[in-house]
Amino acid sequence: MTVTTRPPTGSAPGPASSRPSLSDRLGARLSALPTVAALLIFVGMIIYGEAAYGRIVQFNTLSNLLVNNSHLIILAVGLTFVILTGGIDLSVGAVIAFSSVAGVMLSNAGWHPVAAVLVMVLIGSALGLVSGVLIQYFGVQPFIATLATMFLARGLASMLSTVPERLADDSAIRDLAAQLKIVDGDKVNDLVITPGVIAAIVIVVVGFTVLHRTRFGRTVYAIGGSEQSATLMGLPVTATKLGIYVISGTLAGIAAVVYTSRLGSAQNITGIGWELDAIAAVVIGGTLLTGGTGFVLGSVVGALVLGLMNVLITRDGGIRPEMTTIITGGILLVFVILQRVLAARRRGEQA
Amino acid sequence: MTGAPPIVEMKDISISFPGVKALDEVDFRLFPGEVHTLMGENGAGKSTLIKALTGVYKIDSGEILVDGEERRFGGTADAQAAGIATVYQEVNLCSNLSIGENVMLGHEVRGPFGINWKATHRAAAEVLSTLGLDHLDLRRPLSTLSLAVQQLVAISRAMITKPKVLILDEPTSSLDANEVANLFTVIRRLRGQGVAILFVTHFLDQVYMISDRITVLRNGAFVGEYPTRELDRTTLISKMIGKDFATLRSLGSERQSHHYEPRGEPLLRAEDLGRKGSTEPTDLELHQGEVLGLAGLLGSGRTELARLLYGADRPDSGTVWLRGKKTDIHNPTSALGHRIAFSSENRRDEGIIRDLTVRENLVLAVQAKRGWFRPLTRKEQDALTRKYLTELNVRPADPERPIKFLSGGNQQKVLLGRWLATEPDLLILDEPTRGIDVGAKAEIQAAVAALAAKGVAVVFISSELEEVVRLSDRIIVMKDHRKLAELENGPHVTAETIVAVIADEGDDEEGDTE
Ligand SMILES: Nc1ncnc2c1ncn2[C@@H]1O[C@H](COP(=O)(O)OP(=O)(O)O)[C@@H](O)[C@H]1O
Ligand SMILES: [Mg+2]
Repeated sequence: MTVTTRPPTGSAPGPASSRPSLSDRLGARLSALPTVAALLIFVGMIIYGEAAYGRIVQFNTLSNLLVNNSHLIILAVGLTFVILTGGIDLSVGAVIAFSSVAGVMLSNAGWHPVAAVLVMVLIGSALGLVSGVLIQYFGVQPFIATLATMFLARGLASMLSTVPERLADDSAIRDLAAQLKIVDGDKVNDLVITPGVIAAIVIVVVGFTVLHRTRFGRTVYAIGGSEQSATLMGLPVTATKLGIYVISGTLAGIAAVVYTSRLGSAQNITGIGWELDAIAAVVIGGTLLTGGTGFVLGSVVGALVLGLMNVLITRDGGIRPEMTTIITGGILLVFVILQRVLAARRRGEQA
Repeated sequence: MTGAPPIVEMKDISISFPGVKALDEVDFRLFPGEVHTLMGENGAGKSTLIKALTGVYKIDSGEILVDGEERRFGGTADAQAAGIATVYQEVNLCSNLSIGENVMLGHEVRGPFGINWKATHRAAAEVLSTLGLDHLDLRRPLSTLSLAVQQLVAISRAMITKPKVLILDEPTSSLDANEVANLFTVIRRLRGQGVAILFVTHFLDQVYMISDRITVLRNGAFVGEYPTRELDRTTLISKMIGKDFATLRSLGSERQSHHYEPRGEPLLRAEDLGRKGSTEPTDLELHQGEVLGLAGLLGSGRTELARLLYGADRPDSGTVWLRGKKTDIHNPTSALGHRIAFSSENRRDEGIIRDLTVRENLVLAVQAKRGWFRPLTRKEQDALTRKYLTELNVRPADPERPIKFLSGGNQQKVLLGRWLATEPDLLILDEPTRGIDVGAKAEIQAAVAALAAKGVAVVFISSELEEVVRLSDRIIVMKDHRKLAELENGPHVTAETIVAVIADEGDDEEGDTE
């Protein structure tokens, strides 16, 4: 018998455990890159708009941008939570419809405005809970579960009314869209905000704080990184996932209040496709649809990019408004491709 | 040590998964201040026992006592609250988050304004430094670390909670000698502080280096609990593989007459072929008409080596010469092009396609080799199927029957037929006889011998040592992901020889640092 024993080789080949930190540091920043890109595009759009059409960098344009998009910003914050876990919420547009119609009808029926507003918000929370329970306890895919909630909410809205429900002129809910002048510029060039804008700003700040400075928020990121790992690490995965759908629903309810107070009426067909606008805002803002990476502030930028794009198209006058959706799609595509490139880069780094 | 009552006691634990009894009335005890190693081949149920303890899996029956009280945990968090910290076998971290965060997730230091990141990172740095990881920049993403360092990060994470019981499921599988030494220093210190440590490893050397007590599982059943000093390596191995020594000794070798004397140029020659974390650099030669056996315990790296040969994994070192020409086999398709075929050990998931017929399963590889744009005609398919159903004696010999209705042994014969149909020069068979009945086993062995006689080179992987000895011309013994020895088969080689090689090697090397 020949026994040839091979002596143990020294250290096995392969990448060393710690590498020079330059590429690592780049790696750490890589996840913020899409967000930075969104910010650059936003600034670029402002500069282009100012140069081409004028009257962009001024108070009233900025005010309108915020006022007209505050509901979208609020939705985008909610969807950031959901998408960070790797989930999706398709129901928010329909939730707004149901919540608004119900709120307006209750208010017109003589409910106290505070009660009506509270019900509007809670309708959102309840529908979010429905999605969350379907996903967590019945194992339904988030896409399907929230699609079901979407049909449910849209159906409920249509059962309430199929015609525009006008909010009474003297309703206190309208006060939530009251314009507060912050800076009194010349002529109409004032910096104004509404309670709706304030709500959006507060929600963004709270959203940011929750995601970055609470264990709940970090669990959201951990789930997005790997749900199985999060479970094995002993993190409260079930409660957190329920929580994010309730948050998303609740924010949809708040967005309904903000939007309805501004428009002064509600209809069962309100908000069709808004979930997609919000998802687009989140993605443009640099949050990966696969979860785990992204920022609330990015989503705000994403919402503002979409809003500003509408402003520019209106100003241009030469672009047909029908083009808006095509341009939105184009921007979205560019960002998704950017993300894929970055993701591939990061995978390459790991290998 | 035995004076104190056990901190964890598991009695008669049973767990079933669909089709497998993963644990069958297993007992386990863990005392404060001891390192207790759980041993057993892959699939013996070690990880399942750990998950039963922490409540990741629900137990079907049995009793779990912690600190003398009956407990059923609802998951990791629950067990953690009771002082049991676990590092599961799968490195369970989030690669999208920073290193520091992964250590601290769920235990972040909080102040009036939410998480205090500075204090949190300080706490992480403290525990990481006990494992010799002072140099890490905690803000870097985890994904920038090698798997080995990630494993150390996972262990640090478990230590954050200052547990009374620390469970480490194969923590050393990708660590180098230095890292293992660091880890063992920490484990010894914790043991000194009275922490109870449950440790799983395949590395025999490490078992004898660190553990006080050993519990052996086999096929989900409890074999026994032994003080380490009273259990020598050979006995330990025979307890793990379930053949007592006398039986191993009595097993002879039947095919030793068929000793093939290799002539001329080898069909395949590999030098320093390896891949970090799966196979240490290995040299290998294979001649036409030769059966090369790969022996070793489950988890010793046999499959991993085979996957390198077949291009299923990319080697990161070494060179392969095929028929004297330097060749890069970069994926299974190119392997097939070079007339190398590989039959996976995982018959159910990587082998048969349950809902297709016997014929469809059989022609799959030939079709893949030809390219999907040149479909085999029905006549060609029928001819191939008939040929191999007869040759391999598949029963029932009905080509149109969905393969899921065949027995395991006959499914395996169809799989073998699938690869034979590609007319390979080199056939790699990973556990071709696992879980099939004796008759089918003999037929497959006969088929392999016949192939070799026709000049095909065969790499034969099996956990049944006697089978390897019976069939092989040469045997490579693997352990801990490297080639331990290469034996020329002959009348003097028995299953026992191989066990001795596996056991002895550790004795020679004890205390040696790699
Ligand atoms: N989640 C699961 N579902 C189905 N089968 C499983 C699962 N986990 C383990 N098993 C099976 O249970 C047995 C024991 O596995 P495991 O405990 O992982 O073994 P070990 O850790 O000793 O290698 C194996 O047959 C394995 O296939
Ligand atoms: Mg295991």
